[in-house]
Amino acid sequence: MLNIIGHKNIFLSAAAVLIGAAVLVIAVFGLKQGIDFKGGTLWTFSIPVNQPSIEDIENVFRTDLGIADVRITFDTSNNNFLARLPAENEVEHQKFSAVLKNKFGAFNELSFQSIGPSIGRELRNKSFIAIGLVLLGISLYIAFAFRKVMKPVSSWKYGWITLISLFHDVAIPAGLLAVLGRFANIEIDGNFVVALLVVMGFSVHDTIVVFDRIRENLVLDRGKTEFGTLINQSVNQTLARSINTSLTLILVLLALYFVGPIALRYFILTLLVGVTTGIYSSIFVASPLLLIFHRQPTSTRK
Amino acid sequence: MRQRNALFLLIIVFAAVLSAIFVYPKWLGARWREWRLGLDLVGGSHLVYEVDLSQVGAGDRSSVVNGLRDVIERRVNLFGVSEPQVFVAQAGGKSQLVVELAGIQNISDAIKMIGETPLLDFREVEGEGTSTAFIPTNLTGRYVKSAQLTFDQTTQAPEVAISFNDEGGKIFEQLTGKNVGKPLAIFLDDALIEMPTVRERISGGQAVITGRFTIQTAKQLVERFNAGALPAPITLIDQLTVSPSLGVDSLNKAIVAGVIGTLLVMIFMLFYYGRFGIFASLALVIYIFLTLGVFKIIPITLTLAGLAGFIITIGMAVDANILIFERVREEIKKGLSRTAAIQEGFHRAWPSIRDSNTSTILTAIILYFFTSSFVKGFALTLLVGVLVSMFSAITTTRLFLKVFVHDK
Repeated sequence: MLNIIGHKNIFLSAAAVLIGAAVLVIAVFGLKQGIDFKGGTLWTFSIPVNQPSIEDIENVFRTDLGIADVRITFDTSNNNFLARLPAENEVEHQKFSAVLKNKFGAFNELSFQSIGPSIGRELRNKSFIAIGLVLLGISLYIAFAFRKVMKPVSSWKYGWITLISLFHDVAIPAGLLAVLGRFANIEIDGNFVVALLVVMGFSVHDTIVVFDRIRENLVLDRGKTEFGTLINQSVNQTLARSINTSLTLILVLLALYFVGPIALRYFILTLLVGVTTGIYSSIFVASPLLLIFHRQPTSTRK
Repeated sequence: MRQRNALFLLIIVFAAVLSAIFVYPKWLGARWREWRLGLDLVGGSHLVYEVDLSQVGAGDRSSVVNGLRDVIERRVNLFGVSEPQVFVAQAGGKSQLVVELAGIQNISDAIKMIGETPLLDFREVEGEGTSTAFIPTNLTGRYVKSAQLTFDQTTQAPEVAISFNDEGGKIFEQLTGKNVGKPLAIFLDDALIEMPTVRERISGGQAVITGRFTIQTAKQLVERFNAGALPAPITLIDQLTVSPSLGVDSLNKAIVAGVIGTLLVMIFMLFYYGRFGIFASLALVIYIFLTLGVFKIIPITLTLAGLAGFIITIGMAVDANILIFERVREEIKKGLSRTAAIQEGFHRAWPSIRDSNTSTILTAIILYFFTSSFVKGFALTLLVGVLVSMFSAITTTRLFLKVFVHDK
């Protein structure tokens, strides 16, 4: 039997450390914003015959096309080049294509995306609002769904705890991406925000499963057992289903990550990390927090 | 009782098989209707233009934007792209025109053509019938100050009143003087749109075009005059072009990932839940075909993100089954008979199923309203997937269990 409550200090501290580290990393490194947020051009092409080096191509951009702000990377799994430039209009796009075709013969464009900075600002705003709304919406829904469970913890507290564990599940993938941004130049795009929202929507599933069991046991128990022990029992009873429901999703995500389309890779990675921390947060964070909130002095009870 | 349940189950299985035939991209399903695939799966371009309305008076704004939209749609249609989409969008207080061209071959030509502001000009007409010749004049939309929809005093017939600026008024006076009794042709983007007859020489730069207008066509002409006359330049602010080869590659990879993911889930369910796992797996397959059928019927344009969303719901679809099975196991351990345990299991697991799916639905709805068209596809497939999976878990799996599981 897993003694969650007994070791709650360890688990909660571990979670706090991770969240703290994530927030720190985000504050220090920042999230590397992709063109969705900053504006710019993302150009994917391949040059399968007489493949030039990255420097060669960058030189062409700098000297022949007069673009100083260019960054080119090479994707080995697909033999593609990825060029990042400031936002260009179509006339420029065609001009550059012509020059590159001239210089490199087998130039083959796979995709071209150019976004002006005003769209980026708009996306950033929408993202914050959407994240805020989901956090709020889910927490309110939980408070509502558990409205009949007034003792020993008021239903609002269930809402707060959900909020905290959701934050945990979102902060850690974001922190990971900040690290990846700093060391591997991985950028966040609109999909990253979507991934965070999905993580929130999903990570609350196993939290609900545990809370439901606690609620049910509270009704059956009628105050005989001490709250902490009851929580422990509930968690252990629902361990299998908490883990399994996330496991099936993780299996699908793994398939998508390893054999799925490359464009979605970091999106799937964010989801994978988020769902995994989701399991951790419902078992090791949400439940102990319930006990702690219960032990708050009477001044918090209204 | 068992017969009735078996019948329902058979109906569901039958529906799933029909759906499977419907969604399979060859044979009958394809002949009846094709899958609508997004740009990122089929290749094409997504363009967003910002309309500069700074020179346009507040009252004329929507008229100008609509006129621009019409003109651009006509231009885009010339490219023979299947179902080009041109629509107006508002973003951050500015008006935008969004153009989506799927499966287009020559995107740079299309963009060039779209970018030009609509050209309106007047031409003289010589001859008639098959030997009609149009002689361009130098009266273009540049000289039209404004156009308005008016109604004839007596007949209430719709008319278009145009007002030229001073220079234009003079040219117009000359033209009409030369062509009394003859038609004068109005061209938009080199295509003839109206050919009203000149009744008399018109000076003062005000004219009324009468003809067989309906309110609709008159309004359209007014909008086109205003779009051609008033400067409302458009600038391309966002462009995404995906080559068809990349699109097809993404589609294939996504499908393979989906199949492998599904198999992994099924293997897991069989391994962990044994016999119940078989039912869950069958219910999952039924879920997949039914949901795809719903996607195709609505119809939802499937984008890469949308496909990913669907595959993710496959991972979530079995969750309800897991909750139910774990519950049933518990009840059996408590000593209930199998059929009673199944009853209790469904009953007790329902609150968790309802709550967890609601949170996903909430997220999907917020996603839908807050994001770009690509992500909207994801939100939509997520939403539909979750709804169908709720149905599938409660109905299909339960029917399977009721029909095939007997008390010891």
